[in-house]
Amino acid sequence: MQSITAVNIVAFKTMVVKEVRRFMRIWVQTIVPPAVSALLYMTIFGTLIGSRVGEMDGHRYIDFIVPGIIMMAVITNSYGNSVSSFFGAMFQKHLEELLVAPVHNAVILAGFVVGGVCRGMLVGSLVAVVSLFFTRLHVENPLITIAVVILTSTLFSIGGVINSVFAKGFDDISIIPNFVLTPLTYLGGIFYSIHLLPDFWRGLSYFNPVLYMINGFRYGILGRSDISIGWSFLVIVVFIVILAAIALRLLNKGVGIKT
Amino acid sequence: MKALEIKGLTKTYDNGHQALKGVDLTVEQGDFFALLGPNGAGKSTAIGIISSLVNASEGSIRVHGLDLETRRNQCKLLIGLVPQEINFNTFESPLHILVTQAGYYGISRKVAIERSEKYLKLLELWDKRHGSSREMSGGMKRRLMIARALVHQPKLLILDEPTAGVDIEIRRSMWKFLQEINSSGTTIILTTHYLEEAETLCRNVAIIDHGTIVEQGAVNDLLSRSMTQSFVLDLKQSPASPPQLNGFRVVSCSGRRLEVEMSVGDNMNTLFSQLAAQDIEVISLRNKTNRLEEFFLRLVGRQASPDENKTDGASA
Repeated sequence: MQSITAVNIVAFKTMVVKEVRRFMRIWVQTIVPPAVSALLYMTIFGTLIGSRVGEMDGHRYIDFIVPGIIMMAVITNSYGNSVSSFFGAMFQKHLEELLVAPVHNAVILAGFVVGGVCRGMLVGSLVAVVSLFFTRLHVENPLITIAVVILTSTLFSIGGVINSVFAKGFDDISIIPNFVLTPLTYLGGIFYSIHLLPDFWRGLSYFNPVLYMINGFRYGILGRSDISIGWSFLVIVVFIVILAAIALRLLNKGVGIKT
Repeated sequence: MKALEIKGLTKTYDNGHQALKGVDLTVEQGDFFALLGPNGAGKSTAIGIISSLVNASEGSIRVHGLDLETRRNQCKLLIGLVPQEINFNTFESPLHILVTQAGYYGISRKVAIERSEKYLKLLELWDKRHGSSREMSGGMKRRLMIARALVHQPKLLILDEPTAGVDIEIRRSMWKFLQEINSSGTTIILTTHYLEEAETLCRNVAIIDHGTIVEQGAVNDLLSRSMTQSFVLDLKQSPASPPQLNGFRVVSCSGRRLEVEMSVGDNMNTLFSQLAAQDIEVISLRNKTNRLEEFFLRLVGRQASPDENKTDGASA
């Protein structure tokens, strides 16, 4: 009999191929819209309004917001990919194909998460290319930039799986993105430095985990940010560990996926 | 070796409904086994637990000697499942569905493509391999699910109503295919509402009702315990009045159609003699229902709903 480890390695590759094929097949829905949104953000906020704003934290306004806009696309698409793919598989019941197969729950989680990371990275890269029309996009610390974007998309992909496990209908997979993720992202310092905020709001902002991700990414690109890079990594990794543990526990108990 | 051994299987749902009440079941390796029961009897719950889609409340399951609880993934490698509902990704092509499923069982892409070709050809779906699975007919979708369940070449194939809604021609070709799979050594467990299907295909049967196995054994042994059977006789001419038959019960006589109930083992010649004596000529006869169906209905103690009573009428 084939070893279960060997089975799971092939199963993982199969899942990743399937996930990538899924979002590439519907690229008009999954890849193009974030690039168009980013183009509009950069045109309106970066060029039209940005020219009146002047500098932010010592950078041109467009240079300041580009890392945040890229990160917003990464967060939204990583989350959106895993939540829609996992919920779609539950809704159409083809998740059962995985549940009856000898695939560890950790591999199932990893497959969906890597799918989300791939889409997040692809969209993030596309938005970065779009930004070249507006700025030079000099990357100060490439390794930190890549590490932050991979970890952040991992975190939100796991979040997407957790959301879909509890979802009973399509409404339930849009509540978190619309009413939690979007506000946290917009208030996470995409368009402003938290140093501009009054003390109370600045203090409150430190409880927003997205702030650490956007600023970590901004540090990678611009070489400076509102938050130290150490704190950024720590917050992201701690959240990954917590959410991964929750997601695995849910899958092991069969919440939402088994009777 | 036993392909499947279930002991004391119990399932109580969160709402308190007890779907299985201590089910004991044994299926020998190489068997073609029917698990029958009315709607809501617990068949699908039992299958769900065996295939790891439903969590059991109590009890143990062994698949080819392996304990499902402690060696779940090894057990999964041995099981192929054809569920009752269509559950593949309808946005993918049949070939992709099979290759992906094979990947979940650790089969390399090269071998997966070869196996997919083999089973898609055997189930006459090869021409549709690149098409949209969403646009396939109901029969094709059922066959695709059988191909998918076989792609990792399981030792135990579980079919939950595989021919539901499939026309008789395709159903019979599926029977032939399943018999070939079984004769090549694969143990098959079948649930079906077509009792003719179970009687034709299966050697052993268990009947489950209200979460309990109420009868289990060889199909022939169970049928030999059947007390009565009904025949429908087509007459050459309408009799003036219903015939008087000694030792037989005339259930109905309408036009040129006569329905007679008789005990198993009664001599048919006696019936024909009595009819001939009353100048009634019989031109054909057939079972009203198949024998397993009569046995089943008596055992579960109620009339089957229309959905439960689908039969093609076995010829005598």
